[in-house]
Order: sequence, then C-alpha cells, then structure tokens
Amino acid sequence: MTAPQEPDRSNVVWLGAPAFPEAARAALADSQLRANLKHATGTIRDKRLAVTAELDDWEQLREAGAALKRRTLRHLDHYLVQLEESVTRAGGVVHWAADAAEANAIVTGLVREAGAREVVKVKSMATQEIGLNEALAEAGIAAYETDLAELIVQLGKDRPSHILVPAIHRNRAQIRDIFQREMGRWGRPAPDGLTDDPRALAEAARLHLREKFLRATVAVSGANFAVAATGTVGVVESEGNGRMCLTLPQTLITVMGIEKVLPAWSDLEVFLQLLPRSSTGERMNPYTSTWTGTTPGDGPQNFHLVLLDNGRTATLADTVGRQALACIRCSACLNVCPVYERTGGHAYGSVYPGPIGAVLTPQLVGVEHAASLPFASTLCGACYDACPVKINIPEVLAHLRARVVEAERARHRLPTAEALAMTAAAGVLDSPRRLAAAQKAAALGSRLLARDGRIGALPGPLHGWTDSRDLPQPPAETFRAWWRRNREQP
Amino acid sequence: MRVALFLTCFNDTVFPETGRAVVRLLERLGHRVEFPQGQTCCGQMHFNSGYRPEAVPLVHRFAEVFAGYDAVVSPSASCTAMVRDHHRTLTGVQPPQVYELSEFLVDVLGVTDVGACYPHRVAYHPTCHSLRMLRVGDRPLRLLRAVRGIDLVDLADADTCCGFGGTFALKNADTSAAMLADTMQRVRQSGAEVLCAADNSCLMHIGGGLSRRRSGVRTVHLAEILAATEPAAAPAAATGGGRR
Repeated sequence: MTAPQEPDRSNVVWLGAPAFPEAARAALADSQLRANLKHATGTIRDKRLAVTAELDDWEQLREAGAALKRRTLRHLDHYLVQLEESVTRAGGVVHWAADAAEANAIVTGLVREAGAREVVKVKSMATQEIGLNEALAEAGIAAYETDLAELIVQLGKDRPSHILVPAIHRNRAQIRDIFQREMGRWGRPAPDGLTDDPRALAEAARLHLREKFLRATVAVSGANFAVAATGTVGVVESEGNGRMCLTLPQTLITVMGIEKVLPAWSDLEVFLQLLPRSSTGERMNPYTSTWTGTTPGDGPQNFHLVLLDNGRTATLADTVGRQALACIRCSACLNVCPVYERTGGHAYGSVYPGPIGAVLTPQLVGVEHAASLPFASTLCGACYDACPVKINIPEVLAHLRARVVEAERARHRLPTAEALAMTAAAGVLDSPRRLAAAQKAAALGSRLLARDGRIGALPGPLHGWTDSRDLPQPPAETFRAWWRRNREQP
Repeated sequence: MRVALFLTCFNDTVFPETGRAVVRLLERLGHRVEFPQGQTCCGQMHFNSGYRPEAVPLVHRFAEVFAGYDAVVSPSASCTAMVRDHHRTLTGVQPPQVYELSEFLVDVLGVTDVGACYPHRVAYHPTCHSLRMLRVGDRPLRLLRAVRGIDLVDLADADTCCGFGGTFALKNADTSAAMLADTMQRVRQSGAEVLCAADNSCLMHIGGGLSRRRSGVRTVHLAEILAATEPAAAPAAATGGGRR
C-alpha cells in the first residue's frame, strides 16, 4: 500500500477562489448585492431578536444547547457507534466516509444500485460540502435541488451565498429572469408571462418541482440531527419540499456530518427551540420530519445513512477550535455579522460563509488552504452574542490566526514582510526607551507627510488606511514626555 | 488607594491629550494617579494578528510594571479587554486588576456626576470591546448624562461595528471602508457635532473618515468630555483625530 493520501477536502473551498480581501472588493462594488444583503439580513435580524426576547429562559436554553454539544463532542465515538447500532436495528444501513471522495463514491454507488439516473435533493450543507451534485453529474446522474432557494441557485448556475437563504443575494426580479431562462432546460418551463410577484414565483417553482417529486425513486438529504439512542434522523425545513423527498421515493440516502449526532430524543426539546428562533426568527419550525430506519409499506423502503468525517476528527483534536463543530447551521452569525452584510457569502470562497465559515472552513481544509478567512472579521463579537450554542467565534478566530501565522512560519524560510514588521514592533514595544525613540521618529517623520495636522496619504501597505481615511499627525509631545515634564519634577 | 494609569502605547503616541484628561479628571476627583514609566503595550495587536509569541514578553512586562497597584485604569476598552481576557491564557500569570475608565468611575469610585461641563451636541458610539467584551453597559452614558450642558443625541444601530478592527482596517481595507461609510452616515444622521467613544482607535478610524469628507463632526474620547469643566470654544473645523 502506498503512503496515506491527503484527504480530499477540496470541495469545501472553491478551487481558484481569490483570498477574502480580493473577493470582498468585487462584492463591495456590486451595489445591488449590497442592497439585497442589507435588506435581507436586517429583516431576519429583527425577527430573531423579537422571538428570542419572548422566551424568559432563552439564555438557559443557549447554555443547555452549548453544554449538550460540548458533552456529545467529547464522547462522539461512543454516540456514533450507538447511532450505527440503532439505525441498523431499525432497518437502515450505515456507511462511514472519511472524506468527500469516499462519501461521493458511496452515494453514487447507492443510486446506481437503485437503478436511478436522477435524484431529488433536500437542501443540505453536507452534500454541498462534498460537491455531491458535481460528482453525481460526472456519473451521469442528475441531482435536482428542491429547496426554493437552492433551486434558484442551481438554475442560475450560481453558488449559495448564505447557509439558510442560499439565494439571499438575489432579488425577485433576478429570480424571475432565472426561472424564465432556465426552468425549461431542467424540466417544466416557467409559465408564460411570469411576474416577480412572490406568489407567482412560488407557484412556478411548485409546478416545476412537483414533476420531479412524483417521478423520483431516490432522494438525497442531509440531516439536522440524528438521535443515537433511537436511530432517528431529522430534517427541519420551511417549505415542505423536504418532506416530499423524505416520504415519496423508494430509496432515501442521508449524508450527515458526524457532529450532528445527539444522545437522546429528549435533547431535541432544546434544539427545536433554539434552531427556528435563531435561523428564521420563527417560534416553531414549519416542517420537522423525523424517520427511524424503514417501515414496511410506508415511506422509503431503503434507508442509507452516510456518516461524513471530512476533516471533523482533525477539528475535534483542537481543543479551542472544536467548538465550531457545535454549529447547528442556523446562520444567526451571518445575519448579525457586519462583514458578511457588506460582502455576502461568495467572498468567503467556501461552502460555509460568514463568521462560522471563517472558523469552520480553515479547520476542515487545513488553515493553509483558507488562510485569509480567520482575518475576515473585526472581532466585534456580534456573532458570539447571537450564537444559540454559544460558540465563541472571536476566540476561535484569534486562535486560528495564530495557527495561520505558525503555518506561514513553517512554510517559508524567510519571514514575510508582515512578520518582520510584527517582530520589529514587538522589539520596540518591549522597551520604554526604544518606544520613546520610535515615537520621536514617528512625530518627526509624520511632519513630512502631514498637512493641517492630517496625513492624507501613506506609503506602502499602509495606503489601505489613507485610501479612505485621514490619519491624525502624531503630536510633538507624547504623553510620557508630558508626564515627565509636569509630574515627575523633584 | 494606589491608582496607576495604563494609557496604552497608541494613546501615548497619537492621543496624549486623552491621558492628560484622565489625569486631570481623577485629580479633580481627589485621587493621585501614577504613571509607571516602564509601561508600553498590552500586546493586543500581536495577539489579534496571530503573533502570540511576540505578545508574551509584553504581557510579562505589563504584569511586572503594574504589580502592587490597587487599581489600574485605562481609557481603552479594547486594551482592558485584552488584559482581562487573554493575559492569563498567554502566560499563566494573573494580570493586575485593570478597569476601563467608565468602570473605574462608576464601580470603583462610585461616581456618575464627575462635575464636567461640555455644552455640545454629542453622540456616543459604544465600541465593540466596551459593549461585548467588557460589557460596560450604560456606564458611559450615565456619566455623559450627568455632564452639564451636554446635548446627548441617539446614534442609530449604535451597537454596529464601525469597521476598524485593528489590522483588519489594513488587511481588509475595502470592507473596512464600506463599514466606515455606513457608520459615518449614521453619525451624520444623528446630528451630532461631536462623536464620543471609549476607544481612540475606533475614533481615529471614524474621525479619519469624517475628516476626509470634511464633515465638520469631531471625534473626542470620553475621558476628554468628562475632564472638561469650562464651556469650550465653539468647535473648530474637523481635525479628524479629535485634537483641539
């Protein structure tokens, strides 16, 4: 046997995507995108605040959710084995996938076994993470997204921009154009004279999708949770399209990240309160589907559960970073993030955008493959306050920044310009005498650059500051000099 | 009570008037303040940029310089948060008790009316570190409300980050500028002539933008408003950094 191969995690990050600052620049130039994002995140943010404020025990619920996730992750091996036993006992088949390639191969094989050339899909982050649709297409199998927003993204040959609202970056008029242009190529065309009225758009999608639901023999879903004790798998969704996929076809294949397991049925009490309020700002989720193995004569007669690692075990090994695995994919952090609100999800170049993406993606793929993401935050902490399971995202961001810098140091024989500057600054700051000398130099040097006490243009990498802001000219006398002159007199 | 001023390297270099204001204010309240000359930097820039080994000696220095004081007071919420949240994790050494200025005045000295007079229209911008790391709550606002002559106006979406974020402003300059543009719009809508905050770093960012746009709105640190006693002259043209 050859040496163990590097796991295939390439689908989590989009190959060839530029680093965050460059991708953000393009997004920021799109004023329509910014308006769409501002409107959508603002609306959902207000809704979430209103419904979380209704509960007296919201903070206790968060704490309970965080504690449950912490404990489950600590004993993940135990609960996963228990889940496998329960699912098998109930008539399902469990598969273990170490990485994306393995998971895709398993699903493709199962679809072929079922003799199908097409599948209907329930919106799923896990299958996006492994690039399942692309893998199925390569195998000659068509995968139809049935979630309305995913449908918009798929028809528009686009990428999702948001975890919960993948088409958040599109407005109604854009959606109508996509429907008119593309629906016919994928199945039933859009009705003639389609307007951008939400009702008309929903009806067009409904007609288009109904055809697929009734024809499909295989469905692929993700999972919001799986209960180890009972082997029950669950999906929460808003439109009912998921339930169609979960009940009509003969074969159901669920791809689930291993961190989604919960110990007991009663744990759902906590998460089914936390999730809808945090994600859609609703008190209760519209469609909550759970299934346990197979039931003769009712629902899918073959059930397969693919348990996906794809970098999760490695993430679990990092005692600070592992808290990112507690994520329940509610996307509250995206909606409150001032960076996400300006750039949208595409700038993150990854299936997981926003603050949670900035901490999850680098861990799933290795920090060196997503080095700009931990820096795509001001560390303002709004995400931590919003997170229903209290993931300390700023803490993990700062932790991953240190790992990025370490990785850079290990890779380059010569330090980067930034590392040199940081080392120099540390040297200056470690001595009051050197600091005073540097302050003097700064005051003198700035005289050359300043006009009317303002510095309007800085050289080198510092131009990033003066492109949009003036810099005050450092005064001639520092505080410490003033102090010595006024307070330290004998 | 032995009180030490931790001014921060940034204030010391660029905004020394904030330090002078803290000294003036605390002396007016009857306290003697010491400024330990060995102090330099809390290590926040290195820590937040991923250069942890570089931050370690600074953290040790901080602990040594401020050992023996009953209280360390700092006019910077973000540096106070750095000391409180990260110093012990970095070195295992228990840091001295550091208070952000509004915490020190309200919690330790038990005053909200510091005898200040500042007859200007002021908006208060709660910086992210004061709001979410230190949880100073409404302490700065209680102090400001007690200032004579002040006309305190509301800032819309005040809890939104201004877009500074330390090295973020350089590494992600475009996103930072977009956040700044929205912040400036909120400031202008407030009708304030002065924008006040507990962190000069955020104020330098917002003030730098306001100055570039020749907006006429000045940025002033909370300490300087609390230290002011006499009706100041009408605000001069914007100076960006808030210096008068």
